[in-house]
Amino acid sequence: MADHTLDAKGLNCPLPILKARKALKDVAAGETLEILSTDPGSVADFEAFCRQTGNQLLESSNEDSVFRFLIKRPAA
Amino acid sequence: MSSEAQVVSDATQGAPVAVPETKSMSIIVTKGSLDWAYPPFILASTAAAMGLPVTMFFTFYGLPLLLKKLNLQLTAAGNPAMKMPMMGAHMGLPNLLTALPGVDAACTVMMKNLMNKKGVAPIEDLREACLDADVRMIACQMTLDLFEYSIDDMIEGPEIGGAATYIEVAANSHINLFI
Repeated sequence: MADHTLDAKGLNCPLPILKARKALKDVAAGETLEILSTDPGSVADFEAFCRQTGNQLLESSNEDSVFRFLIKRPAA
Repeated sequence: MSSEAQVVSDATQGAPVAVPETKSMSIIVTKGSLDWAYPPFILASTAAAMGLPVTMFFTFYGLPLLLKKLNLQLTAAGNPAMKMPMMGAHMGLPNLLTALPGVDAACTVMMKNLMNKKGVAPIEDLREACLDADVRMIACQMTLDLFEYSIDDMIEGPEIGGAATYIEVAANSHINLFI
């Protein structure tokens, strides 16, 4: 189970990323954030976001057109 | 993100100085129609969310994007690529028809409805996201004069500057975009 969850379903680019960034502020180092999105572009975008920001993309999956990402903030 | 720093020589001192590796971005915003307002605000808010310091320079028709109250419009005139999805097809307008009164207003309403349906953020929200993320905004002084705007007409946050102000930013940015 993720420590935090963000429902970004129905939102289009770049809102899932912007909301994730905001949500990560409440995620402590070492904790995880789960993001749910219906934007197919968010698959590539969360990979790029995590590479650039040093967060870890633990999981990226798709079920019934809902994309799920699990991001871990690196331990400080 | 690595914390490596590259070493460059400082022409005035001849001594090497460390330049931080953090990437930064600047955008010159020159267009103020509903459609053209999106790329700069999307890229600025996203870059800021990814940790890049961002500066936006608002000049000419981009300057009114800083007005307190936005009422952005778009026009189909001279834009043959503007085709909207309608009843399973994509419909465009012949240039001649785009000159009829009310056509631009109708196109604007259709576009705003479409954006709302597809979960695209209103420009006001993206602008707010930029301000929340400390995106630096510069209003072009010459354009303020030219179009007779006052900085008091604008939202809180932007500073006033000119070409040299922007060039100093651009000279220290890794990514410089003109939109």
